[in-house]
Amino acid sequence: MTDGTLRTGTRLRSQVCDTEIIVVRAEGVDRLHCGGRPMVALDADRAGGSPESGLDTGTQLGKRYGRTGDGRVEVLVTRAGAGTLSVGDDVLPVLAAKPLPSSD
Amino acid sequence: MTLAVLLDTAADLVSERPVLGRRPGLPVSGLRQRAIAAAAWLRQRDAAGLAFLGLNGPAVPIGVFGTAYAAIPFAPLNYRLADDRLAAVLDRLDGATVVADDDQCDRLRAIGANPVPTAQWLDILASAEPGVPQGQPADEDIAVLLFTSGTTAEPKAVPLRHRHLTSYVLNTVDLGGAGEDEATLVSVPPYHVAAIGSAITNVLSGRRLVHLPRFDPADWLDTVRREGITSAMVVPTMLARLVSHLDGEPAASPLRALAYGGARMPPTVLERALRVFPDVAFTNAYGLTETSSTIAVLTPEDHRAALAAPDPTVRARLSSVGRAVPGIELRVRDADQDGYGELLVRGEQVSGEYVGTGSVLDAQGWFGTRDEARIDDEGYLFVRGRADDTVIRGGENIAPAEVEDVLTAHPLVSDAGVVGLPDQEWGEKLAAAVVCPNGTVEPAELREWVRARLRSARTPDVIVAVAELPYNATGKLLRRELRQRLIEGGS
Repeated sequence: MTDGTLRTGTRLRSQVCDTEIIVVRAEGVDRLHCGGRPMVALDADRAGGSPESGLDTGTQLGKRYGRTGDGRVEVLVTRAGAGTLSVGDDVLPVLAAKPLPSSD
Repeated sequence: MTLAVLLDTAADLVSERPVLGRRPGLPVSGLRQRAIAAAAWLRQRDAAGLAFLGLNGPAVPIGVFGTAYAAIPFAPLNYRLADDRLAAVLDRLDGATVVADDDQCDRLRAIGANPVPTAQWLDILASAEPGVPQGQPADEDIAVLLFTSGTTAEPKAVPLRHRHLTSYVLNTVDLGGAGEDEATLVSVPPYHVAAIGSAITNVLSGRRLVHLPRFDPADWLDTVRREGITSAMVVPTMLARLVSHLDGEPAASPLRALAYGGARMPPTVLERALRVFPDVAFTNAYGLTETSSTIAVLTPEDHRAALAAPDPTVRARLSSVGRAVPGIELRVRDADQDGYGELLVRGEQVSGEYVGTGSVLDAQGWFGTRDEARIDDEGYLFVRGRADDTVIRGGENIAPAEVEDVLTAHPLVSDAGVVGLPDQEWGEKLAAAVVCPNGTVEPAELREWVRARLRSARTPDVIVAVAELPYNATGKLLRRELRQRLIEGGS
């Protein structure tokens, strides 16, 4: 993914770690970063290397990361890695799991 | 987002966690392989959908996820439908492959369908070579097609798309988040939205799903103990039977959590249930077919706070269905002097769509539930019943549930159903059918009981003792049928 807007269902991977994500929702966001480098399509070439210092807190499998408000974005980690997810410099926190008492 | 992606992710997370069936149980990876095999099998038959006619069991989660990989809808059908109604439903599912339990196959063949027996289908899938998904659904694709219960109108087909169901999942459960020893017991029929919800959320949480398709209180308690069941969902009629079976004796069991929903819970049943399951955390879940299952929950903490509260406002919350789940907004339209009006709901899990009719959401995305409800200052939702069930007696609107609750609070009344009957003078008169298994009560005494607790206009004009009330399989009182019986009874 080099340009255009992120869409729900888009799958991306980190260039500098094992992280893979799928976009759950995105509103007016062009690009995601992981470990300080832009994320790329699953089949795209990767620069390699390792996450930048400070952007190496890692991603957890099965967790959602994102932010609300303008430029709302939410992704699901489908493969864990060493990098930190961000939109530019804006680090995406884990979206607090709000597990309900099992109601089904 | 799609159910297929979520299952793939859960299979990466907790691959070997058992999620289906009695001990030891099929792991997530095994369930995923069955689903992939089901998709290949469906694709080979060029199926436009998968209709399932049978009891709740492994075919339901395998059907839900298998059709997801095949990008076609899963349509669980009501095995209680009469042949002509079943034929009409199958006509609407043109091109669907039918999987059915043995006892349903003959009647299906008689109406021109060509069913594959459930056991045979599961065997085919279990013996298939391991494979990878040959396709992925789109967010917009229909994942599940459900027919509304039709207690007040003809059944309607509700499409639940991948985006609706996954929004419900992502907002309310943590993928792989269940504890390793957790197991849940499901007794609702597969054509009920709660069965679909349980098939999806328990598997994706990594919680073992055990089915007891024919509910019986002794079997249920026995299964809970033998299978180490930690949570379960019951409809009110099931809880009432459990409570009566236990006869006031606290039940020793591994059960930690019990969710109830599907119909309105009579307060007396809940109070007795809290006594016989003293260490169990109770959750009341409220939702509709059109909202992809649960939209509000009364949590165990809410139950405890209400029970302990001296403040009547807080105590009253024991009869509420709790607060909106994340991602759901609730609002009441055209409230009366008591604050009750039509409940509106909005959120990404809300389908609000019918096959043939299209979307019935308003311009701002709100869905009108036809349920009468009020919301208190802290967001607790109180549902009084279907707007269509309201009795209008001489210009006064009466919610049957309010009168039923007062009747069942009488020590000799175990169940009550209230409906309106045609009346020359009042337009409608209020009629009650009561079940009194432990002795007779004079109608005059019961009328006085109600009059002392409600206004006289809400006192039933007619009270008839009956052996039992008509319910559907998910515990909804069949009011049209009760009304018909009372009219024919000459009351």
